[in-house]
Amino acid sequence: MFGLSKTDTRFLLIVICLTLATPILLQPFPEGSGLAQFNAGYPDLMQRFAIFGIFAIGFNILFGLTGYLSFGHAAFLGVGSYSVVWMYKLLDYNVLWGLPLAIVVSGVFALLIGIVSLRRTGIYFSILTLAFAQMMFVISYSDLLGRFVGTSITNGETGLQVYTSDPQVLLGATEPNVPHLFGIVMRENFWQPNIGGWEFTFNNGYYFCAVIAILAFYLSLRIFRSPFGMMLRAIKTNQTRLNYTGLNTRPYTMAAFVISGMYAGLAGGLLAAMDPLAGAERMQWTASGEVVLMTILGGAGTLMGPVLGAGFIKYFENIFSKINDNVLHGWFAWMPDGLEDFIVTILHPFVGKGWHLTLGILFMLVVIFLPGGLVEGGSRIMHFIKRDRKAKGRDPEHHPEHIAYVAEKEEF
Amino acid sequence: MSILEVKNVNKRFGGLQALGDVNLSVQEHSVHAIIGPNGAGKSTLLNVLVGKLIPDTGSVMFDGQSVLGRKPHEINQMGISRVFQTPEIFGDLTVKENVLIPCFAKRDGAFRMHAFETVANEKAINEQAEAMLEDVNMLDKLDMPAESLSRGDKRRLEIAMCLSQQPRLLLLDEPTAGMARADTNNTIDLLKEIHEKRDITIAIIEHDMHVVFSLAQRITVLAQGTPLVEDTPDNIKGHPKVREAYLGEAH
Repeated sequence: MFGLSKTDTRFLLIVICLTLATPILLQPFPEGSGLAQFNAGYPDLMQRFAIFGIFAIGFNILFGLTGYLSFGHAAFLGVGSYSVVWMYKLLDYNVLWGLPLAIVVSGVFALLIGIVSLRRTGIYFSILTLAFAQMMFVISYSDLLGRFVGTSITNGETGLQVYTSDPQVLLGATEPNVPHLFGIVMRENFWQPNIGGWEFTFNNGYYFCAVIAILAFYLSLRIFRSPFGMMLRAIKTNQTRLNYTGLNTRPYTMAAFVISGMYAGLAGGLLAAMDPLAGAERMQWTASGEVVLMTILGGAGTLMGPVLGAGFIKYFENIFSKINDNVLHGWFAWMPDGLEDFIVTILHPFVGKGWHLTLGILFMLVVIFLPGGLVEGGSRIMHFIKRDRKAKGRDPEHHPEHIAYVAEKEEF
Repeated sequence: MSILEVKNVNKRFGGLQALGDVNLSVQEHSVHAIIGPNGAGKSTLLNVLVGKLIPDTGSVMFDGQSVLGRKPHEINQMGISRVFQTPEIFGDLTVKENVLIPCFAKRDGAFRMHAFETVANEKAINEQAEAMLEDVNMLDKLDMPAESLSRGDKRRLEIAMCLSQQPRLLLLDEPTAGMARADTNNTIDLLKEIHEKRDITIAIIEHDMHVVFSLAQRITVLAQGTPLVEDTPDNIKGHPKVREAYLGEAH
């Protein structure tokens, strides 16, 4: 089905089910219980899971398959956001105009940056992409482009947003004044049931992102199984051989770079589709680094890994950061006072604002012990459970062997 | 008829004359060996042939077309395949994928955006790759990662990859370097078989005289960047100039 093999079709169906059921799956604890703060099923966060999942899926097509580590992908994220907000300003709040434009514009930027950056490999490629992204960040932050043309393009540090004085030529009288798709308002929930203490939120925006994320995932699955994807993996393992096999590597890397740039642009566009703002900080190098972390944490070169990584990091950023000392005292109240204070003092730097510290430690552990990322961890557990059925053994199609190229490959 | 014509090729690296007035003609369907002591310019010549180096003067014609100034992948598409001294294979990919790639390269050319096709659905190409691997007795290793093969198997795989492009000229750079005797003999047998079965010309650069004399029909001896003699193996064996080049004048 869908031009996929049986196993891949099953895999895709599972992913679709999980994605559509996310509002339920991420709400495992009833409201009012002590663990309710670990629920992640609220619209804003779920939208981020889907959007950054798309970002990481695209990044993985470049980094996971070809091994080219781009450190400037956030630039395309920003370009996508600006494109969508400009369409709000010029036409109207329908997200349908902006998203295709975001993909096209970020693709053009990726092509231009790729022409220069892809002349080099390894660390030099990474540095070139980083330099370009920082240039684009500074240009947007200072609205340099706007000063040239006389009208603001990125609106500098304030960020681009829609004002009532904007043309919005397509805006109808009854049209909502927030992002929508033909009247379906992104920030509204279409169903918000409370079933036996469990509260579920079914949000328009999330389902819009989820459908696009499923399409994005399907596309990447097709690329992974295509001759094109095989060539990209060949580039990662031995470019010399590929050249002496009569293949021109440059257009392959360029295509991968542009495709992943377009994915990033789409993700950026969706960020603006959920919240009609576009700021330069979206293009900063920390945002580029984040997607690298997501991909490696989840498992570079695997299909699901980057999505898991994206979900993991966003969960940490939003949930772990909310645990403060009061919450900790609440958890350890059953302990003797001295011990309770001691434990809370120890844990204090790792939670709340210190969530980066926990994430950092986790990242180190994954890179050292699970070089294939969370996906490798998952498959190891599966193997452990299925040990008696050992004959089935390895499945290189779905869980390719991974090398710890973060530290070990010569290019770095 | 000669398939490869090298005429008056010179190549300098700073003060070193790596190649001086090299003239060489490889006959179609022959096995032609290029031998010479260390530093004779064998590898430089090979790199000129595959487009990695551009000579200062001279011409290199393959089947009536100049190869100079072309990139390695373009020269490969003209019909020249190269086997490296240390096997260059796609280590992370499976054995079968290693052979699928040159099959695609042969059919689709240097680049094709086949992102919406599926490898598994390409029946003809899959059959072609499997037939190729059967020829080199590696059908049982289809799904193994290429990195896990033994040195001898890696060499066989690399040769299979080159052959699946159906090249007209196969260049081998010391194919048995660092191999055990048994592996060396296997490789010789494989190359002999390939040459008998296929419509192919083989040019081989080699150190090991055993390999050279069991395979080659013509031999060119290089010394200090210049061809000394070109002759049949029997005549080369006792040639005084060759002995001189290899052993030095004093002997």
